[in-house]
Amino acid sequence: MLNDIQKHILEVVAGMKDGQAEGAVNIRSDGKKAFRSNSAHITIESKTDKDGIDVRVEPFTKGEQVHIPVVLTEGGFQDKVYNDFFIGEGADVTIVAGCGIHNCSSCDSEHDGIHTFYVGKNARVVYTETHYGEGEGGGKRILNPETVFYLEEGAHVTLETTQIKGVDDTKRYTKAVVGKNAEIIVQEKLLTHGSQYAESEMDVILDGEGSRTRVISRSVAQDDSEQVFYPRVQGNAPCFGHVSCDSIIMGSSKVRSIPEIACNHVDASLIHEAAIGKIAGDQLLKLMTLGLTAEEAEEKILEGFLR
Amino acid sequence: MLEIKHLSVTVRDESGTANILKDVSLTVEDRKFLVITGPNGGGKTTLARAIMGLVPATSGSILWNGTELADKTVTERARLGVSYGFQQPPRFKGMKVQDLLRIAAGRSLSHDEACSYLTKVGLCARDYMDRDVDTSLSGGEVKRIEIATILARNCPLMIFDEPEAGIDLWSFARLTETFSEIHERKDATILIISHQERILRLADEIVLVADGQIQDRGPAERIYPKILADTVAGCNLLEVDKKC
Repeated sequence: MLNDIQKHILEVVAGMKDGQAEGAVNIRSDGKKAFRSNSAHITIESKTDKDGIDVRVEPFTKGEQVHIPVVLTEGGFQDKVYNDFFIGEGADVTIVAGCGIHNCSSCDSEHDGIHTFYVGKNARVVYTETHYGEGEGGGKRILNPETVFYLEEGAHVTLETTQIKGVDDTKRYTKAVVGKNAEIIVQEKLLTHGSQYAESEMDVILDGEGSRTRVISRSVAQDDSEQVFYPRVQGNAPCFGHVSCDSIIMGSSKVRSIPEIACNHVDASLIHEAAIGKIAGDQLLKLMTLGLTAEEAEEKILEGFLR
Repeated sequence: MLEIKHLSVTVRDESGTANILKDVSLTVEDRKFLVITGPNGGGKTTLARAIMGLVPATSGSILWNGTELADKTVTERARLGVSYGFQQPPRFKGMKVQDLLRIAAGRSLSHDEACSYLTKVGLCARDYMDRDVDTSLSGGEVKRIEIATILARNCPLMIFDEPEAGIDLWSFARLTETFSEIHERKDATILIISHQERILRLADEIVLVADGQIQDRGPAERIYPKILADTVAGCNLLEVDKKC
C-alpha cells in the first residue's frame, strides 16, 4: 500500500494519480519493489546480477506506456539502481521515469539511477524523467542520474529531463550514440534555489550518416545556487546538431556553461548557442503594464521559460 | 479625463543632461481620439512612457480621472486603467500568444474571445494562438500581438506607440479599422503616436510634439496641412552651407 507522501511524489514525478498509471508499471520505493505490472507487449523483470530492472518492449508495439517511478521517503537512504530498456524495432512508446525524495531526517538521501536504452531500428521513444525533492529535514536530497541511449538506424528519441524543485545536489550525465538517420531531441529544464548545486554533463555522438540532434537546455538559478553545464556534441559522419542553452540567473546565483562541438567529418554541421543573463527589464515592465506586480511578472516569465 | 500639467522629464548620462520633455501640459477629454505626431527625437515616446510610468517624471503632474499618477508604480497605473502598447515590444521565450492575451485580459479568455483580438489586428488566430512570442515571430507579427494585448486589456485609456511600425499595408488597413471601431463605440480614450496619414485622419485632434514641447494642437483638418507645409526634405545644413 502506498501512503499519501508516496502518492504525492508519484503524481509530481510521473503524473500518476493516486499511484495509478496505465500500461507497464514498476514503482520502486526505498530500494524495494512496491508495485509491478506488465502490459500486452511490455514486460518488466528484475535483474538477477544487480539491483534494477530490464524493460522489454516487443517490436512494433504501439501506444503502450511504461511508468517506472522511484520514491525515497526513508531519511538517509542511499539507493543505486540499473535499469535497462530494450526497445524493439518499429515500436512507438512513451516511458515515464522520475525520482522524488522526501527527506525529513538530518541524513542525506541519495538515488543514483543508471538508465540505458537500446532503441531498435525505426523505433520511437519519448522518455520523460522528472526529479523532485521535498521534506523539512536538514539532510540533503541528492540525485545523480545517468542516462545512456544507443539509437539504431532510423530510431527517434525525445528525452525530456526536468528538475524543478527541492534537489540539493545533482550530477547528471546523459549520453547518446546516434546511428544512421536516427535523431535524438533533448529538452532539459532545470531550476535550482537556496544553496543547491547542479551539474549537467552531456555527450551526443552523431556516428551515423544523416544522424541529427537538437539539444534545448533551459535553466533558472535562484538565490545562492550554482549550475554547471557541459553540453558536448561530436559529429563523426554527415550529420546535423544544434545545441541551445539558455539560463536565467537571479539573486547571487552562478551559472557556467562549457560547451563543446566537435566535427570529425567534413559534412558534419554543428551549431551551439548559449546565453546566460537575468530577466530582461523590458519583459518585466511589459507584464507590469498589463497589471502584474514585479513578482507576478517574474513568476510568469519563469513559468513560460521552463515550460 | 487625462490632465498633464507642467510635465518635465530630464535624463542624465555620461554626455550630460538632456531635457526630453519641457513643461508639457495637455488635457484630454474622455473618449477622445488624439494622435501625437512630430519629428523623431521630439519627445513623443517619452511623453507616452511617462504617462504609463515607464519613465520617471522629473517634475509636474499627471492626473487620470483626478488621481495623481506621478507617484504611482507601473502596476498601479495599469490597474487604474492605463494601457500602453510598446513601440518595440519585448519577446518572451516560452510564453504563448494566448498566455499573453490572458494576462492582458486579467482573466481566462474563451477561445473565441482570444481569436477576436487577433483577428482585429489582422492575424489568423488559428495560426498564432499556440505560437511562442519569441524570435520565431517577425517584428510586424510581434507588434500586432502587442496591439492585441492592449485590445484584450480593454482599458479606459489606451496608448499606442507607433502601431504602424513594421506592419504591412494589408494588416495596417485592418488595424485602422479597429482603431476607428473603438473610437466609434466611444469605449476608451485613445492616444496614438503616429506619422501615418490614415491614422492622423481618424483623429479628433492632432498634437504636434517637437523639441520636448507641444508646438500645436487642433483638429486634423487644420494641423495636417500645416505639418505637410513645414516638412523640409533632406538636410538643412547641406542645403544652406553646401557642406554637412
